[in-house]
Amino acid sequence: MWDNATIMMLVKETGTTLFITLTSTVFAYVLGLPMGILLVVTAKDGLRPNAAVYKILNAVVYKVLDVLVNVVRSVPFLILLMLLIPFTRLVVGKSYGPAATIVPLTIAAAPFIARLVESSLLEVDKGVIEAAQSMGAGRAAIVWKVLLAEARPSLIVGATIALGTILGYSAMAGVVGGGGLGDVAIRYGYYRYQADIMIVTVVLLVIMVQILQVIGTKLSKKLDKRITG
Amino acid sequence: MRTETETMIQVKDVGKTFIGKENTVEALKGINLDIHKGEIYGIIGMSGAGKSTLVRCLNFLEKPTTGTVVVEGKDLAALSGKELRQMRMQIAMIFQHFNLLMQRTVLDNICFPLEIAGQKKRKARQRAKELLEIVGLSEKAGAYPAQLSGGQKQRVAIARALATNPKILLCDEATSALDPTTTKSILALLKDINEKYGITIIIITHEMAVVQEICTHVAIIDGGCLAETGTVEEVFTRPRTRAAKKLVFQGGTESGEIGRNLATGKRCIRIVFKENSSFEPVIGNMVLACKEPANILLADTKDIGGVAHGQMILQLPEDGAVAEKMIAYLKERKLEVEELEHYVG
Ligand SMILES: Nc1ncnc2c1ncn2[C@@H]1O[C@H](COP(=O)(O)OP(=O)(O)OP(=O)(O)O)[C@@H](O)[C@H]1O
Ligand SMILES: [Mg+2]
Repeated sequence: MWDNATIMMLVKETGTTLFITLTSTVFAYVLGLPMGILLVVTAKDGLRPNAAVYKILNAVVYKVLDVLVNVVRSVPFLILLMLLIPFTRLVVGKSYGPAATIVPLTIAAAPFIARLVESSLLEVDKGVIEAAQSMGAGRAAIVWKVLLAEARPSLIVGATIALGTILGYSAMAGVVGGGGLGDVAIRYGYYRYQADIMIVTVVLLVIMVQILQVIGTKLSKKLDKRITG
Repeated sequence: MRTETETMIQVKDVGKTFIGKENTVEALKGINLDIHKGEIYGIIGMSGAGKSTLVRCLNFLEKPTTGTVVVEGKDLAALSGKELRQMRMQIAMIFQHFNLLMQRTVLDNICFPLEIAGQKKRKARQRAKELLEIVGLSEKAGAYPAQLSGGQKQRVAIARALATNPKILLCDEATSALDPTTTKSILALLKDINEKYGITIIIITHEMAVVQEICTHVAIIDGGCLAETGTVEEVFTRPRTRAAKKLVFQGGTESGEIGRNLATGKRCIRIVFKENSSFEPVIGNMVLACKEPANILLADTKDIGGVAHGQMILQLPEDGAVAEKMIAYLKERKLEVEELEHYVG
């Protein structure tokens, strides 16, 4: 019922959405993962360092991060998108198109990911951390070899959730001409009243989220050595 | 068995106070302990007595509020962060809940402390295999902790603890999550390790049976204070403090009849037999000599350091004179006799 061009366009924009989502997620993890780790390490009962100075510093870092994370998380993405236009322009040179979408997506997702990472790491048994300490493990070793390694299945589940959420947000970026399926939905479905294309984009988005979900859950289960059999 | 050997751990006037928002807990008060090389030192006490806190002070997982902990002549408080971590490689620890890395195989769990110590992977794996052999779990090298039983997990934890060739092994309720048979086998393994490698072992427990099974020395901790220390034999045959008696007679007074007897003011005594004294039918002879029956409320034997110790709790006749005569008779036979009344309640 559609011409070739429309189908090609849908395929291309699906690719764009995937590109935006994956790139934003990677960048968001680059920011969010260290933040999440820092939140756990500097928390009151974290791997707190010995000296009092460090304690105070850590308390400050924790508080500042904590507030920052919550502030960014509570601003609606659409507003953040607008607010960040000058910054986006500074980073990628323009305020529309896929590359321009990645900037606000990354910034909005990073604190969200920090929280996901934090909660995953907090699930790690305190006793195991203590055992590592009793073996003379330093903080870096504990973060790498205990916290991150033991939380791996949970971190993967978190990443799946993050991907799904970022995919949804990327569609929102269509409002400002961000490219991808969201853009298509707005241009064709909203401005030109082409309900069929609108529906197709929605279906495509749903399918993508679904696939991500399935892969993430499978992977997490497969990698989780606490599950026997 | 032990000659005068070097002091391994010296605990001097250690106190620990936890300051919380609402309340302050004085978990340890003025603890003094000397633990020598090669000893298996039991630290026993009721729940909340401060045992875990004390053992955690020995590797500075918990820093004492007051006092010092000296390990092999080094004051732990004076060590830098790095030195302390080095020291901890000499002081291994095993836990009630094993605390294995759930996402690593058994073999990789044992490699973990070696990785931390900076050993090459190949060498670490080789050492890990040797250790698995020692704890008798070679066939489980590739399994994950979730696939093991509690006893097997504790064996892995022991292998892991031994990986860096520590001089000291701290065990915090290491057998409390295990059934009696598994407990026995784990204790036997610990004893074996102590004998083979000369590792000083500190065992935290709330069960006297564990102490009797393998410890050479014991400290009784009660309400954050050290109630009594000595060889297991001393403390078992002649417990001086109320806390010690309570632990030594564990099960005895709680099991109905003795408690009831004591509560109604009837006199009960506890007699301890050693291997050499249990051949003669002492009680039978005593009853014949005094011409009054005595009620046996409890009798059992315990193996302390390979020597059989029997204990018996007797309810004496109402007649005071006869009772005294019985006590005198038993004491004449060189048995340890102890009145039970003063620790009731
Ligand atoms: N981190 C902490 N903060 C505050 N109070 C603590 C802390 N750790 C222990 N305590 C308190 O110190 C006391 C001794 O605790 P500890 O864990 O040493 O007892 P325990 O003898 O090991 O008991 P159990 O046999 O139940 O393990 C308890 O009253 C406990 O509530
Ligand atoms: Mg405890």
